[in-house]
Formats: sequence, C-alpha cells, structure tokens
Amino acid sequence: MALRTTVAGISSPEDLARALTGAMYLADDGIATAGYLALALGKPLLLEGAPGVGKTEAAKAIAGILGRQLIRLQCFEGIDASAALYEWNYPRQMLAIRQAREGETLDIYRDDFLIERPMLTALRRPESTVLLIDEIDRSDHEFEAFLLEFLSDFSISIPERGTLRAAERPVVVLTSNRTRELHEALRRRCVYHYIAYPEPEREAQIIMMRSSAVAEGTARAVVHAIGLLRQEPLAKPPGVAEAVDWAEAATALARAGAPWPEAFRRSLGAAIKDEEDFVHLRPRLPLIIPGLAA
Amino acid sequence: MIAPLPAAARLFVAFPTLLRGHGFSVAPEQTTSFLMAVELLGPRSIEHIRKAAVATLAPHPEQRALFDALFDLHFLGAIAEPGDEDFAPDEEMAVQEDSGSREILIGEEVNETGQAATGAEALSVRALKPLDESETLRRFARALPTALPRRRGYRHRGARRGGSVDLARSLRAAIRHDGEVMSLKKLRRVTRPRPILLLIDVSGSMKQRSDANLALAHAIVQATPRVEVFTFGTRLTRVTRALRRRRREQALAEAAGLVADWDGGTRIGDALQAFLAVPRFASYARGAVVVVLSDGLERGDPAALVLAVARLAARAHRIDWLTPLAADPGYRPETEALRLIAPALASLGHGGSTARICRHILSLGGSAAA
Repeated sequence: MALRTTVAGISSPEDLARALTGAMYLADDGIATAGYLALALGKPLLLEGAPGVGKTEAAKAIAGILGRQLIRLQCFEGIDASAALYEWNYPRQMLAIRQAREGETLDIYRDDFLIERPMLTALRRPESTVLLIDEIDRSDHEFEAFLLEFLSDFSISIPERGTLRAAERPVVVLTSNRTRELHEALRRRCVYHYIAYPEPEREAQIIMMRSSAVAEGTARAVVHAIGLLRQEPLAKPPGVAEAVDWAEAATALARAGAPWPEAFRRSLGAAIKDEEDFVHLRPRLPLIIPGLAA
Repeated sequence: MIAPLPAAARLFVAFPTLLRGHGFSVAPEQTTSFLMAVELLGPRSIEHIRKAAVATLAPHPEQRALFDALFDLHFLGAIAEPGDEDFAPDEEMAVQEDSGSREILIGEEVNETGQAATGAEALSVRALKPLDESETLRRFARALPTALPRRRGYRHRGARRGGSVDLARSLRAAIRHDGEVMSLKKLRRVTRPRPILLLIDVSGSMKQRSDANLALAHAIVQATPRVEVFTFGTRLTRVTRALRRRRREQALAEAAGLVADWDGGTRIGDALQAFLAVPRFASYARGAVVVVLSDGLERGDPAALVLAVARLAARAHRIDWLTPLAADPGYRPETEALRLIAPALASLGHGGSTARICRHILSLGGSAAA
C-alpha cells in the first residue's frame, strides 16, 4: 500500500482542515484526520451520520480542494452494475451489425459502444475525479458485495474486454445514513468517520460562512433553537442545511419588516418539515424561541 | 522468517487484540492501517493515536463509549470509573441498542440484577424457560420466506413475457443469427419480500408470553434477512443483532441480557415514540410489515400511543397487533388505548400461542399482497 505523506500539497490533518475551510467547509479534527488518512493511505473514506450533518458536502469540498470533478453515484434499492459501472449501447451495436458489409470484421465491444457509468469513469480518470458513492445504505446487500471488489483493488472486469485496473487509486468517498448496518468487510476497507451534529460554536460559524447576510446574533439564536429541536423526539430532526436555511429565512423576513421573534417563528418551516413535528412543537415554541409570547 | 515486531509497535498491535476480546471485529488489514495512520500522524499526542484508531478500526457509533474506555485502559492505563448517573432511572424513555458486546463498563461488574433501578422501572434479568415449541417454529421458519407479503423491486430478471425488452439478451441472440432479430427477449421486475418489524411487549402483563415471543423472533430473524426486532416495556431495546446468532439458546440468552425491563410496567406510546424519534429505527418501519405482540394494556397516556401508532401506520405497509387477550372469542378491545388505535391497525388478532401467531404471520402474504 502506498504511503503518501503529502497529497496535493496536504501533509497533515491541519493542512486539510485549512484547505477545507477555504472551500467553505468547516471540518472538525475528526473528519480532517480521517480525510487526511484516507488520502494518504489511498483508502476510501466512509462517512456515516444522521441526515443533514454534511456528509455529501464534505465529499464536494474534498473534490474542490483537490481541483477534481466530483462524480456522484446515488445509491438506491436495486441499483446494479449497469447503473454503477457501464452499459453497452445495444441499439447502436445492433445498427452496426445490420450495416456491416459481408465479410467485414466488426468489433461491437469497442470503446464507442461502451457507456461509462460513474464507477468506470472514476477508474479510467482517477487523477481528475473524486467518486462519491452516496447513501450506500440504500443499496441492497448484493450491490454492497459487488462494491467490495471494486474498493479493494480498484479494478473492474468487463467480460467482453477483460479487467480494467486503475493506474492510481481513485479518491472515493462513501456516505451512509445508517438506515441499515453495512457489512463489516466494507467498513474495514475504508477509513471511517462518524459525523455528529457540529458543536454550537462551529455550527454558528458554518451558518455565517454559508450566508453572509445572516447576522451573528441570528446565527447564535438559530443554533440555540436547533440544539433544542434536536433533543425533541422529531420524525425529521433538522440538519445543518436546515439551520442555514432557517437563519436565512428569518433574516429575509426580518428585513421585510417582521418583528424579530415573530420572523423567527414564522420561518420555522425552513427547519421543521413534518406536520406532526409542528403539532408536537407548538406548545414548546416559547421555550425554543426566546422572547416569543406563549 | 518473519522479523520480530519492533518493541514500539507492540503496544499498537496489542490494542486490536484487546478490542477483539471485547466483541469488536477488527481485520488484520485494519491493524496495518492503524500502524500506518499512527506513523502518518506523527503521533504528537495520545489524541492523535485515538483519532488514528477511530478512523482505521471503525467502531460502530454505539460502541464508541466502550471503544474509548478500552483505549484509555490500554494506552493511558486508566480504569474507567462508572458514574452514578449510569444507573439513574430515566425520566425519558431510554433506548438501548445491542453494541455487539455486553461488557459496558470496565473495572466494574455489570449490573446483572438491575436492582439499582428504582420506582418507575422494575428492571430484572431472568432465565429462560426451556421450550417445547421447537417443531412449530421449525415449520414456521421453513414456510416464512415465501409467505411474506411482497412488493415490486427495482431489479429486472429475464422472463418469457414481461414489461420491457431485454436489449442485452436480444442482442446476443441476434448475433447468433447474423444480426437478424428472431425474437425479442423480455424483462420483468422482480418482487421482493417486505421487511418485518417485530415489536415485543415484555412488560409484566405479558410475562406468560415473553419467552416464547422472543424464541419466535429468533426463528423469524434466522428465516428471513430483512427483519428488525425490538422489545419494549418501560424502555425500548433493539435485540436484532443478538438474535442473529444461529444457536437459539445463545441468541436468546444474549437478547435476554440486553433487555433490562422484563416484567415491568408498560408505556407503549412512549416506547413507540422513542422508536420513531431515532431516524435510523424509524426507517426500519418504512414499507414493512409491523407485528406488535402486546396486550395493549397501556399505563401511560393513551394520546401518546394514538399519535405514535398513527405515525407508524403512515410509514408501514400494515400493522398487525396480536394480543393474548383475543384468546377469548368474545374479546373486544376494551381499553381506551386499544379502542383508539384499532382503526389504524390492519388487524387485531390472536396472540395467545406461538402456533396462532405463526399462523397469523404466514397468512399475511395471502390477505394483503402488495
């Protein structure tokens, strides 16, 4: 296994954290360390965590700092090799066969009949892409097993063409919402990090970084309220993206003339997206939004 | 000949061994990655080593507390002192999850009897009675995989007749006839069995059925891959992982050890709300066949139960509530809680014996195929 102490000018977790901040992603120590180790060890990075904690954003930011294109493979139940790897362009192959003249040799497994899907693209151009395998927990066990082969030696076998092997290990980021447990074999091939909700201070910084219009006081008020919301038994607890949306929405309403706590309450829909959660929260709102009359 | 391990590396290699001894699965390649990560990071402090260990040895989030305790024990020589709050009775519904290991505290005996709990909860761990229903369960397990309700999946499979054309197979057939298409091969969407979510009441009023219901759960977990099992009384406990053990006695003993609220009170509404509040758990109910084994004798607020069942019903394919009280042919749901939730249930059935429950579950596919 290649041990690269410097990858794209990044020689420590702190370097990576600084670069990520430059790419508008505030990383804590844990993710900076895991990200750096994944790059240096040439292993895939597996990010787990609740929806909305910034797993996909992390992959985008890593692609951004490496100056590479992000190729996203969204997993779903029933995803198979033809959606993830490659597919032959059957209509074109058929046409070519029918147009071929007598005695002419025709290779219907040429490159121009091959439709690249995300994993094949990442394998063929590892130096210019980052492969994001998003929400791997939505795929089924068969696909997970199929991924194992790809992630251990970064090769793909196409029966008609033989085995394609990556010239260098591509950067791969996997995310999981933990709706089911991943196979141990997959976990151990990856560098792992569990992203928790950010600390209040960091979350306030994230809000202000994402949206320059939001005042510091608003960001702090939103982070405080979001922290309380996450302690409630909600069907859809708000993630970091919801915190940013809420702060922006409240700011917009306040600018349009709504008085402060009222603007904050009226924009709650940016954070809470479930009718029953609303009903549950209604009596508790004065506690969550300070200054709001009961 | 293999060179002996440098003395400095021994401490790091020993840590994965310690983890394995506590139920963590660590592959040799992860140990290698751990060593390389430590080398890459410096290491400048003990926290660097901890981060390297977490990133490469990948403990499950629910195992993290034990992982950290073992790390401190190994690298700092510290004995983790359990705090008093570990056994404080919970105001909120507690959620327990099998962490793959039963040793939760280091340097302290696990509270086997659970007598430290007070008032609101009567915690206890009990021995399981031997069962004489093995034959019923064996037959049930054989029949279950084909008896579950099915839904259309997203994969396709070749078929004689079907919805769409299988271009790959058609092309291969055409090549054999010099590019002449003699027949179009067809594809059909496969169907998949729906997942099962089993919620088992282990409160005092269900005492007679608890052991048998858990044995039944074990048979279901062994027979079909997509199943989740939770027990509830005054708290909610996920026992699926324990029940995956193949040997029944071992699996049941492990599951029984996880459940801390045997024969206590019942707060079904709170338990279901606690279930729905963990998005990961709630996703187990999506499109699933939910089977609740409970008498529905709710001690908590019926409003909480009604709301929770409505939310569960919105996610699930169907909810079947099987109560031992229905053994009486004249049984009508008398308690307020059951009367209120009855409209949200697909059926309120007989849960008085293993055979009856088995029969009910096996009938689900026929009565409500997707």
